[in-house]
Amino acid sequence: MTFLPVILWSDVLIWLLVLAAIVLGVLSSRNPPLRAAWQRVGRSRPGMAAATVLMAFVLVGLLDSLHYRPRLESREAGQPVAYSVEVLSLLDAMVTPLRTRSEKTYSQPLATRAYTKEAFDVRDADGSLRQVRDFPRLKFGGAHLGDDEARRDDDIVKRVLAAEALACAILAGIALGGSYLLARRHACSARQIWSALWRGELSVAWHAVLATLGLLLLLLMPLAVLSVDYHVFGTDKVGQDVLYQILKSVRTALVIGLVTTLVMLPLSILLGILAGYFRGWVDDLIQYLYTTLSSIPGVLLIAAAVLMMQVIIDTHPQWFATAAERADLRLLALCFILGVTSWTGLCRLLRGETLKLRELEYIQAAQAFGVSDLRIILRHILPNLMHIVIIALVMDFSSLVLAEAVLSYVGIGVDPTMISFGTMINNARMEMAREPMVWWSLAAAFVFMFTLVLAANLLADAVRDAFDPRLAGSS
Amino acid sequence: MSQDSQSILSVRGLRMGFASGYAHTRQVLAAVDGIDFAVHAGETLALLGESGCGKSATALSLLRLLPAAGRILGGEVCFDGRDLLQLPESEMRTVRGGGMAMIFQEPATSLNPVMTVGRQIGEVLERHLDLTGAATRQRALELLDAVGIADAQRRLDEFPFQLSGGMKQRVMIAVALAGHPKLLIADEPTTALDVTIQAQILDLLRRLQAERGMGMLLITHDLGVVAQMAHRVGVMYAGEIVEEAPRNAFFASPRHPYSQKLFAALPDLARRGGRLETIAGQVPSLAAMPTGCRFAERCPHAWERCRDESPGWHEAGESHRVRCHLMAEPGRAVAPVPRPVTLVIPLVDPRPALLAVRDLAVHFPIRRGVLQLTVGQVRAVDGVSLDLVRGRTLALVGESGCGKTTVGKAILQLVKPTAGRIELEERELNGLSRAELRPLRRRMQMIFQDPFASLNPRLSVGEIIGEGMSALGVNTQSAGRNDAVVALLQEVGLDPAAAGRYPHEFSGGQRQRIAIARALAVQPELIICDEPTSALDVSVQAQILNLLKALQDDLGLAYLFITHNFAVVDYLAHEVAVMYLGRIVERGLVDEVLRSPRHPYTQALLSAVPSPRLDAQPECIRLAGEMPSPANPPAGCHFHPRCPQASALCRASYPETSRLTATHAVRCHLFGSAEQNK
Repeated sequence: MTFLPVILWSDVLIWLLVLAAIVLGVLSSRNPPLRAAWQRVGRSRPGMAAATVLMAFVLVGLLDSLHYRPRLESREAGQPVAYSVEVLSLLDAMVTPLRTRSEKTYSQPLATRAYTKEAFDVRDADGSLRQVRDFPRLKFGGAHLGDDEARRDDDIVKRVLAAEALACAILAGIALGGSYLLARRHACSARQIWSALWRGELSVAWHAVLATLGLLLLLLMPLAVLSVDYHVFGTDKVGQDVLYQILKSVRTALVIGLVTTLVMLPLSILLGILAGYFRGWVDDLIQYLYTTLSSIPGVLLIAAAVLMMQVIIDTHPQWFATAAERADLRLLALCFILGVTSWTGLCRLLRGETLKLRELEYIQAAQAFGVSDLRIILRHILPNLMHIVIIALVMDFSSLVLAEAVLSYVGIGVDPTMISFGTMINNARMEMAREPMVWWSLAAAFVFMFTLVLAANLLADAVRDAFDPRLAGSS
Repeated sequence: MSQDSQSILSVRGLRMGFASGYAHTRQVLAAVDGIDFAVHAGETLALLGESGCGKSATALSLLRLLPAAGRILGGEVCFDGRDLLQLPESEMRTVRGGGMAMIFQEPATSLNPVMTVGRQIGEVLERHLDLTGAATRQRALELLDAVGIADAQRRLDEFPFQLSGGMKQRVMIAVALAGHPKLLIADEPTTALDVTIQAQILDLLRRLQAERGMGMLLITHDLGVVAQMAHRVGVMYAGEIVEEAPRNAFFASPRHPYSQKLFAALPDLARRGGRLETIAGQVPSLAAMPTGCRFAERCPHAWERCRDESPGWHEAGESHRVRCHLMAEPGRAVAPVPRPVTLVIPLVDPRPALLAVRDLAVHFPIRRGVLQLTVGQVRAVDGVSLDLVRGRTLALVGESGCGKTTVGKAILQLVKPTAGRIELEERELNGLSRAELRPLRRRMQMIFQDPFASLNPRLSVGEIIGEGMSALGVNTQSAGRNDAVVALLQEVGLDPAAAGRYPHEFSGGQRQRIAIARALAVQPELIICDEPTSALDVSVQAQILNLLKALQDDLGLAYLFITHNFAVVDYLAHEVAVMYLGRIVERGLVDEVLRSPRHPYTQALLSAVPSPRLDAQPECIRLAGEMPSPANPPAGCHFHPRCPQASALCRASYPETSRLTATHAVRCHLFGSAEQNK
């Protein structure tokens, strides 16, 4: 084998989540009210556009969640097979040029020369060495231009135009292929499907999906084409490509946003329902627990937990074969502690809703049949709480992504070796202060995080509108 | 009311609708479709109809207070010589409250809970009469006096939660009157109130209208209220007015088949033993309005013309108009099939009681303070004894808050009784564990009041009906259970295909049938019906009552029928028990209690029920005040503060049960010891 698969704990959880999403999808397709709600999401134009953007992020995140260690070229025959200590992901393999082509230090987006002057020796025509202080030529940025750096602008324009043409072609392909499939499913001509699609008469807002896909392709295709020979978002202090950092940050954000809910949901659902359904001392105990927990400042609790975790990690180096595993454990610890501190809000909501539901007549009818409490909770209460859970889940996602950025900025977030939006912003903090200012790292991190969170929020809005029984059917 | 007097409101061809659907398919469905009426000064026009007929939509369009999806599609609303539909919004604000004012159905939600009563009245006074400071307060005081609120000075500074339901409705009326409106729109003003309070409020509205010469548009579904209040009646059906008549003409001879059906669907003694007239089907949905007469589908007389052509107005007498083709072709009328009426009034049943309740008490502790110490008891049920025989119906009657629902729940052990015995065929229920209770639960079930809250929206009808069977181990094989569900659905008159559908696809009446099927699924002997028809329209109520009666005849069920509606009692019950503040004050056979009530409370309650007939309105005994709180019942007889015949003895001790006949018992000092002393 040329590689050794590495399964990080966070990978397991991420793929479990994917599995859970598929199961949820199958289950809700069988349950008419849930299916109707998801169909309402499907009809919402902003919702579907946001979902498309999120899918792009999720795709990047999933590619980045298949890890392996490449085999080292053995120098001598007969030596046991050795694998690199560096853990790579499928995404790393796909964007190898971005990962490996590091410059010495800062360079501006699309630059061919470094951002700071350096002194270097130039051999004159007569053979004498002369010391020059100038912006050094980048090793990789625009290397294909050779000495003809003036050609850079032409080259960029040409590449952008070619990329846009390619994007249009791909878009047309998707549109034709998609409408062919839709036409087959609805058993009508492609022309009818087209007119229905543009007037938004289909059960899913495909026109919003298509428009978003088009926009994404038009924006991202030039980036992809240019990134082959340029650093499109520049490089950071150690010369690493900022685009690569952005791509790697996506997974961290998704893990923080999704895995945390795995910790949070069981706690808040279980305790919320127990408190609301049984009342009495159970309710008192759970209320006491969450009021106490939510009155401790969250950052303090997180800082204490993360620092403790760090000590444990540092004193047990033998647990980890690679640095990636160590960073991964710290990421999970962060997810766990974020989950433990943030379940209270949802728990309170669910308790209140359960209090209301348990007085409803269908619960009393079930009690009159002698149905057991567990069965009442599972059959009558939980399904009627699902809309709140789904809404809370989607809304929490964006706040958790933002929380990670803040915590990493404060220094109690993810492992410093792990690339995340938070660590990028934290590093950019120093660069903002220098003169001339290095702005691109922060700007790129900001734009991508903003897009991710905005898409999540828009989807959350659409989901809330579709699932909230008070709004359902009004629009 | 003479026709030539100046009309204050005249509506011509008013159409309003609701926008529905998504962007491209968005369309406006007409909920009110071209209605005309006029209201004169000092006159009450009643708009009568079932829910979903567009009555409230009409009222809201008059004030232009439409919900977000509402659109006015056309027509003219002339008020005070101006077309309201053309007025700019700023002028509309002077009309609302100043020109016309509205009273809403639910007094509990129509007052702002964080503002004092005085502020809420003052708000209107400042806006419409430009009053300020002390003048506002003075005027508000006068208004509260006018609506009959005692101790107005103190009430002015109280918040709505400190007032009872009846007082809140009085405050709402005071707010409505504050701007000296010429027209009062009352949208089901007494539907949420008890009969004794309803009688007070209706009296008040009548008096205020006479004093101020206001016009009144009364929206209601209750023929009894119409009989008491209206000068003229407009019957609405599916967005149209189908009949308009002066009250006397309307009650003497309703001409439209729909109006006739409304009368026929009312339960009363004359129809005891027989089946109630029902109106098949339901009001057509806005999206599927028929092109012809909108009532054709449900009309027994309908022929082709009705389905093709919408009928125009026909004169049926002096200012009596009907929209029905029958007026042009009276020969088409189908004679109603006379229904066999078998008056079966069984005597005292010698069989042992199926259910025997002795001295049942349910007290809820009132806890206060940090340590949650019990500082008092709400005596929701305080010593109730009942007997119920197989195949019989016992009606438990009383106003809201008297503890009748708690009795039902305590019998089913949904609420833990504090004391007393509940025996189901001589098997004591109190103190049994859940496991011991489970086999007994098969034998008694409950049907709830609100068919919209009593079915889990996330379960299919089949699952809902099957739940009891699986919980109690009836028909454990799934094939057998499916057959049983189908049989049950047919028994309650639903399509067997309904099993795979979900509750939201059904109307209120159909949902109540599903709830009945769910209760029947475990083959109970006793069903506790907690106001099963109070959330339903008259025609649907008749269907459900017929169903309950048929089931009783077929299966020999015993019903404990909890209700506040005497007409239903009259139709369905064999015995009646009247509850007041947690205790039964009078019980006996239905004829004894309803025909010769002895307890002053029963007498007042019966006389307060508005009768849907003009001749039969007995003199109403008005009860002062409202039911006291069960947390702090009055000393002595609980009823003495409101009783017109209270004596010193009543204030001192609670009366013992006095037996008037073998079956008729009453707890009142007027009988018993007082009688013996004579």
